[in-house]
Amino acid sequence: MSEKIDKPKKEELFSPKNRKLLSNPLGKDNPVTVQVLGICSILAVTVQLRPSLVMALSVVAVMGFSNVIISLLRNTIPSRIRIIVQLTVISTLVILVDQILKAFMYDVSRQLSVFVGLIITNCIIMGRLEAFAMTNKPLPSLLDGLGNAAGYGAILLIVAFFRELFGSGTLFGYQVIPNFLYELGYVNNGFMILPPMALITVGVIIWVHRHRNPNLVDIS
Amino acid sequence: MEEYLNIFVRSIFIDNMVFAYFLGMCSYLAVSRTIKTSLGLGLAVIFVLGITVPVNYLLQNYVLGTGALTWLGAQYANVDLSFLSFIMFIAIIAAMVQLVEMIIEKFSPTLYNSLGIFLPLIAVNCAILGGALFMVERNYANIGEAAVFGLGSGVGWLLAIVGIAAIREKIQYSNVPAPLRGLGITFIITGLMGIAFMSFMGIEL
Repeated sequence: MSEKIDKPKKEELFSPKNRKLLSNPLGKDNPVTVQVLGICSILAVTVQLRPSLVMALSVVAVMGFSNVIISLLRNTIPSRIRIIVQLTVISTLVILVDQILKAFMYDVSRQLSVFVGLIITNCIIMGRLEAFAMTNKPLPSLLDGLGNAAGYGAILLIVAFFRELFGSGTLFGYQVIPNFLYELGYVNNGFMILPPMALITVGVIIWVHRHRNPNLVDIS
Repeated sequence: MEEYLNIFVRSIFIDNMVFAYFLGMCSYLAVSRTIKTSLGLGLAVIFVLGITVPVNYLLQNYVLGTGALTWLGAQYANVDLSFLSFIMFIAIIAAMVQLVEMIIEKFSPTLYNSLGIFLPLIAVNCAILGGALFMVERNYANIGEAAVFGLGSGVGWLLAIVGIAAIREKIQYSNVPAPLRGLGITFIITGLMGIAFMSFMGIEL
């Protein structure tokens, strides 16, 4: 009997497997609270919502493009120099993002200052390139990159929301806390704008996240 | 001399890489379970920062900045290559980290094994690239000041990671609520340490 060789079925664009790549990082495999990556910039840019949104979109762009590029090149990169190649691709994309921000959103670019450059060292990007894009096809890599960047962006926006609301009483620059509360004696919590409160806010987010997902609790 | 001391003390306490700017948090959180590994990683970071910041200073001032290439000839006075600084700095840092890795592997194989993947990850440690970028932003007057800034930042990072490692070793036996155990409580303690370090803000040298 001749053996029938099954041709592998082509993955549909939005098959359950691909959808999981997008949805996992938003919940139980979040790059910040579970994989512990990308912490540095979360804490530093989340003083207000507007720079956080710009940062989140920049990371989505860099991660999407770099995952696709490295995935397309994955079979031609020699193993010994793969870190250098990855860094080169990421650096080039970040230079592009930096120039675009300086050209079209100069005030936000000044607020973000060195942290746009530090997207290069954002562990999430390198981490996902090493863990996923080097061994998977371009489309799943793109979805994985977008999913992880979205998970990171979600945490950025949550922390920035609380810090801006309690620290300045505004959201996106528009005053949200009504004036009568200020007259009654409510004062903006100036501490929320300072760096240490960002750490404590993320600690609380981790607390809530692990409370809802008990399998993530550290048992070591 | 006074200026150097000023920069040194500022970069350790007031502009601390971890507590004021949150750079280097990923390896800070991951390696700080024991004091021994933290000390090893901290010393490696001091070494890398102490060398890459001055080298990047030279690169910035003699190759990349506006008018930096005038030593090649007056016709290059308007060339501004600073958009290349990210990629050049990262290249220098990656090369230095490779060197440090080889030195540590030769002189202390146990430290090399206990640091594992985190030694090559110093290359993408935000603290190192951040040190170079801050050095550019703050426009130090000469290479001595840049070197002192690099060393001071490294010492500040070492202080932070050894401090949190000591505390984490102690709270192994404390009654931390289950969802906070490990990562969560480390964040909160780091926040409290940051508040404590803010008390250094008033230092005038």
